[in-house]
Amino acid sequence: MSATHARPVGKRVLLMGTCLCDAFFDDVARATVEVLEHLGVEVLYPEDQTCCGQPAFNTGDWDASRQVARHCARVFVGDLPVIVPSGSCAAMHLHGNRLQFEQEPDDDIASLAARTWEVVDFIHNGLGVTRWPGRFDTPTRIAFHRSCHCRDTGTGSAARALLSSIAHAEVVPFGQAEQCCGFGGTFAVTFPHISAQMGSLKIDHIRDIQPDLLAGVDMSCLMHLDGLAAAQGRRVPHKHVVQILRDTLIS
Amino acid sequence: MSSVQPIDLYARRISDEKHLSVMDGTSTGTDKRYRILHADYPDPDALRRLAGAIKDHTLQHLDTYLDAADRALTANGAQVHYAADAADARSVILAILRGHGVTRLTKSKSMAAEEIHLNRFLIDNGIECTESDLGEFIVQLDDDEPSHIVKPIIHKNRREIATTFQREGVADDYNDDPETITRRARVHLRGKYLAAGACITGANFVCADSGRLVLVTNEGNTRFGMAPVPVHIALVGIEKLVPRECDLAVFLNLLGRSATGQQLTVYTEFIAGPRAAGRPDGPEHMHVVFLDNGRSDILASDCREILRCIRCGACQNVCPVYRQASGHAYRSTYGGPVGAVLTPLLAGADFATYADLPKASSLCGACREVCPVDIPIPDLLLRLRHQAHREAVPSPGAVPMSPFAKLATSPSLWRTAMTMSKAMNHLPVQVAPIAPLRNWLGSRTLPESRGGEFRKWIKRHSNHS
Repeated sequence: MSATHARPVGKRVLLMGTCLCDAFFDDVARATVEVLEHLGVEVLYPEDQTCCGQPAFNTGDWDASRQVARHCARVFVGDLPVIVPSGSCAAMHLHGNRLQFEQEPDDDIASLAARTWEVVDFIHNGLGVTRWPGRFDTPTRIAFHRSCHCRDTGTGSAARALLSSIAHAEVVPFGQAEQCCGFGGTFAVTFPHISAQMGSLKIDHIRDIQPDLLAGVDMSCLMHLDGLAAAQGRRVPHKHVVQILRDTLIS
Repeated sequence: MSSVQPIDLYARRISDEKHLSVMDGTSTGTDKRYRILHADYPDPDALRRLAGAIKDHTLQHLDTYLDAADRALTANGAQVHYAADAADARSVILAILRGHGVTRLTKSKSMAAEEIHLNRFLIDNGIECTESDLGEFIVQLDDDEPSHIVKPIIHKNRREIATTFQREGVADDYNDDPETITRRARVHLRGKYLAAGACITGANFVCADSGRLVLVTNEGNTRFGMAPVPVHIALVGIEKLVPRECDLAVFLNLLGRSATGQQLTVYTEFIAGPRAAGRPDGPEHMHVVFLDNGRSDILASDCREILRCIRCGACQNVCPVYRQASGHAYRSTYGGPVGAVLTPLLAGADFATYADLPKASSLCGACREVCPVDIPIPDLLLRLRHQAHREAVPSPGAVPMSPFAKLATSPSLWRTAMTMSKAMNHLPVQVAPIAPLRNWLGSRTLPESRGGEFRKWIKRHSNHS
């Protein structure tokens, strides 16, 4: 899943909004646009985009997932960087597609992998932004959930660096951070008990450090964790990292 | 919530006591591993990659290395046997034992022996077979199954063990002090060692260049087992070979640290061959039984990387699903991530029976991160899911994906569906007869649908800028 290969950087990019932002989290996609535009990047949004195909890929139905992946690769054809506000969808382009197209190489799919960036990775490692000109009004303890699909990409360290550089922000480590939150796509509904147990444990660890804010780069994890926490009456305010970057910007 | 996946059902019914034991043992193991590897090596990942590359090379030339090992072992005075499958291995071992007139033996911990259910078979054939690893000994007393590769009784606590010892007459009274438990087992096992006529072991590594066999333990039980007997039988999976003795430097350093957070296990035995002139110790007869049992088929499959496994259990320790479900949930010798890959593969024609195991993963990748031989376990889980789908193995509770593919390849349909999804905000979704939705809502709330809102915003935004 290494995403350390040289990928194009430019002031013109294609935004892959993700299906979750399409359905539930429009403000995260919007924050992505606003943050990138603040950095002087022109953001184009291809209208025919749908999904990366990961739900089908993970169930093993690769005929279905390859159809979706091919559609996706056609929608994002060209040579512009493809920016995604999700470590998981980015990992599908960077790694999942490599696996499912092993036996049937596809130039568009390979090109998509070569141009995809998770947005925080792009800002920090692509555009070279090391400090974020943002400020919280009061001291803010942030629990950063490094989602599993960012285990070995630049996203985790990029997010920590940018969040930590915001005035009044402190990124506070919590226990067993290497453990999965239990979302896992269809896993959340086919293994409902284990998934909920994993999520509850994650919430325990996060709440232990008494954060003011839970930050993540995957709305899927955050939707699962917040859904569980809400059902258990112990929510923690949460935001996508790009929402935090936008909301703390000193204008 | 309606779990239909066997592992989820198992996890739901597990007792709090067992759950706690597993949680505690696994998270401690994960922490110890991390601390020692990072304290001792500036870049443990480089070492894992090196170990993976050595194993990969060995597997690519397994025929050559197996021939070399055979020649070296034979030159050392050992007898080499080959077993194509479990039944074959059991009868080879029984024939060796009968040939030497053995009626009692001790056996050290061996996953290969678990895999072929050797213990039960020998007892059924009138041979008294005593497990000499403390954990396996307790498993045997309880007529239980091991639930972890290196910590077979990770699912038990000391109170349960004390009760077992009292019930089975290993001790006269109940005492759950760990040291007392160990001392009592030691006294009991001393008698078994002395009465035995053979010792069965596995092997952690076999060096193809020298035929040297390597055994690691923390209890010294293989030494005790071999010291008083004339016959040593080692049951060895064919993937246990390493090319050269010097390669052991990489593997021994990784194995102890990955398995138990130790720099090296307490006992590391290098066995050059049976007793001979110039080699005054050990049994007079040494038999090495190489076990295939599906390994050649795995080598020919697209999941061959799993044969790199050195059975350290680090993937089990770190796996969040294993932690919730325990090893027994996997219905096989090998549980956790490695088992979810290995079990359906070893099952061969019976693949469908175990095709649910690779699904029991959120694909979080923690296993890949800790694997000392760099096995891409999540990729293998995905390949096996793909195989199950190709072979149309029924999967309980599966969400059918062809409607999704249809929708996700028809942009206008997709956009309509997104806008329509807002209707969910006004419907009593809690009672909708849609299993995935019900399973989501069983423990979680659903966020408000905002389908199509971003598309509206970006259109306005683009027109203004």
